[in-house]
Amino acid sequence: MSYVIVGNGVASVGAIEGIRKVDKETPILVVSEEDTPTYGRPLISYFLAGKIGLDRMSLRPDAFYEQNNVEVKLSTRVSSIDTEAKSITTDSGEEIAYSKLLLATGGVPFMPPIKGIEGAGVYNFTTLNHAHQLLGLSKGIHRVVVIGGGLIGLKAAEALRYNGLSTAIVELGSRVLSAAFDDTAGNIVADKLHDEGIAIRCSTTVEEILRTEHGEVIGVRLANGQKLACEAVVVAIGVVPSLDLAKDAGLDTNRGIKVNDTMRSSAEDVYAAGDVAEAFDMISGDARVTPIWPNAYSQGFSAGVNMASESEVPHPGGLAMNAISFYGLPTASLGHVNPTEDEDCEVFIEHDEENGKYRKLIFRDEKLIGYVLVGDVDFAGLYTGFVRFGLELNDEVKAELKAGQPSALLWPEEEFDLKWTPAAE
Amino acid sequence: MRRVYPNKDFCIGCHICEVACLTAHSASNDVVIAANEEKATGLQPCKAVYEKGQISVALSCRHCDNPSCVSACISGALFKDEETGRTCYNETQCVGCWSCVMACPYGAVRRNTTKGKIIKCDLCEGRHMPACVEACPNGALVYESRD
Repeated sequence: MSYVIVGNGVASVGAIEGIRKVDKETPILVVSEEDTPTYGRPLISYFLAGKIGLDRMSLRPDAFYEQNNVEVKLSTRVSSIDTEAKSITTDSGEEIAYSKLLLATGGVPFMPPIKGIEGAGVYNFTTLNHAHQLLGLSKGIHRVVVIGGGLIGLKAAEALRYNGLSTAIVELGSRVLSAAFDDTAGNIVADKLHDEGIAIRCSTTVEEILRTEHGEVIGVRLANGQKLACEAVVVAIGVVPSLDLAKDAGLDTNRGIKVNDTMRSSAEDVYAAGDVAEAFDMISGDARVTPIWPNAYSQGFSAGVNMASESEVPHPGGLAMNAISFYGLPTASLGHVNPTEDEDCEVFIEHDEENGKYRKLIFRDEKLIGYVLVGDVDFAGLYTGFVRFGLELNDEVKAELKAGQPSALLWPEEEFDLKWTPAAE
Repeated sequence: MRRVYPNKDFCIGCHICEVACLTAHSASNDVVIAANEEKATGLQPCKAVYEKGQISVALSCRHCDNPSCVSACISGALFKDEETGRTCYNETQCVGCWSCVMACPYGAVRRNTTKGKIIKCDLCEGRHMPACVEACPNGALVYESRD
């Protein structure tokens, strides 16, 4: 009997590699709704922008599945799970038994109830097929409106602009990138996009997608009464975990599928990882859905190791992080970046307006718990070490971090020795 | 597997390992051309010497068992070779998103802004002994297995 993984994204790849770390033999079956082998999902913006071709989309070499003894069923939807009988049923009626099951079903784009949203001319941007659609579309139209000023919306807008479209972003919040960035960093990015010809409308929302009597999109009407002309709309407001399968099977769910620190769900032998999982977060200390790439891989890997092991290997917890460039302006944001007044955090900010550089460090209880870097990300990893390992900071070390001089030599001695110069076993 | 381990008690902060790394990864394989010409056109060492007062140490990729850089890589450029245990890097696949630069808590993945790609230690693929270890004048870098 084999391991079964539902989903074919990065959590699924992580799980395959995690399982194979422990168990080289037992077959693995991957069932995916998508019709392509796994690809680097964030690369769809590079593909749409014409920066890379399809030949560079693969996340792993073509031989990956075969080498790892993985059978892949593409274009196949799983319709139900029977946790008692330990089997899944596909939409073609096939029943497949599993020894351990991983749900890595990811999420689907959230579609708000906007008037006129149903019908042609409205797109999303989370799959390679979406990128193909938008690429084809961009050859025939002139104007597009992107709803949502988060990472996906901004990357969609940038890529569409590369295709010569007149592009506008509409964001309900007061700034773009509200989750990962603060006001200043968000505005630096917004200015950059504006300089490249992308219009940004914040603090308003699309109330209606306007159509001709034949249903063709001709524009949007904003809450402030303005109208923006366009021939297509891309909705990028966020992604909702794909929970139906788990709910129907009676698994404990909240916003995502609830998992413990081994990525196991409430049902025996059923695990969840990636954008669909609600797992422990290192900084907040509670369980949450953190739909970001590195978490998905590492949760998948951890799930895989635990699915294949007798003993339990806990996952260290999720850590929110995003590294994204906008028109060549690099940014990185990690951990807790927008503390409120009553959280008792110390915030250090350095803003070099002339050179468009910004550095924000967030400290709590004499530890670094987050950062935002814009323009210069070279030391990002060294800051990450302090957050990730929860290193205690004394005044001297804190001063060095504030001075922009993070270094492994500032780690506590025993931590340095443990990580860099371990004794032979 | 064998890895490069630093010893900060022996390191004298001479940066010779950086020069050796640079030369070993140069096209010319010549220390002067590498340092003068190729560096100007984007050649960078994978090794970095850190200093704090009198203490110094030369650090590069640890080739972790379960590396954060591989978790973060969106393009498949970084991956684990299960046979050798090395954390491998295929430059052709890299799109320069810098996710790994952020994710590696050791700061061992760096940007090559000239190329728009990352750079990290490959344990001197093809050489018997990594160039940095060979060049260190005080035995502050060793290449051995401590698994």
